[in-house]
Amino acid sequence: MYLGKVVGNVVCSVKDDALVGIRLMLVERLYGGGTVVALDAVGSGPGETVYVCRGKEASFAFKGREVPTEATIVAIVDDVQRME
Amino acid sequence: MLLARITGTVVATRKDPRLEGKKLLICQLVNPRGEDEKGYIIAVDTVDAGYREKVLIVQGSSARMAAGCKDTPVDAAIVGIVDHVEEER
Repeated sequence: MYLGKVVGNVVCSVKDDALVGIRLMLVERLYGGGTVVALDAVGSGPGETVYVCRGKEASFAFKGREVPTEATIVAIVDDVQRME
Repeated sequence: MLLARITGTVVATRKDPRLEGKKLLICQLVNPRGEDEKGYIIAVDTVDAGYREKVLIVQGSSARMAAGCKDTPVDAAIVGIVDHVEEER
């Protein structure tokens, strides 16, 4: 899992049936890393710091549905405290 | 999940039987602005994408959850055709 900042969204009209109704967000990884597309499970918006779950577990955020995703926003971060 | 642009097709006569009937496409990775990035991916098409279209790719074991890919030896699938990308910085 990693932290990222929502910098936009992606619009697809033709997509997998399981993705219908789910927002696709553009997430820039914090502390280095590129930009990825992640599904939104918590209602995040542009400018917010979020917590992204990777891998097959990313689909567990949509319980009971087989959603083809390997990156899902599972939390909106209020505060990060770095000791070093 | 990654953004990419379709640049070609792959033809394979001998392949895993579970891949029969599936379209394999060469996908050039792109950034949100549509500029080419380093690297490419061969992905199975599940949304009838075409040449030069910008697509959304799911990688890893989650690719098997795309339509028609259950229990197939696939680790990258095209699951969406991108209309546009909105960047708000």
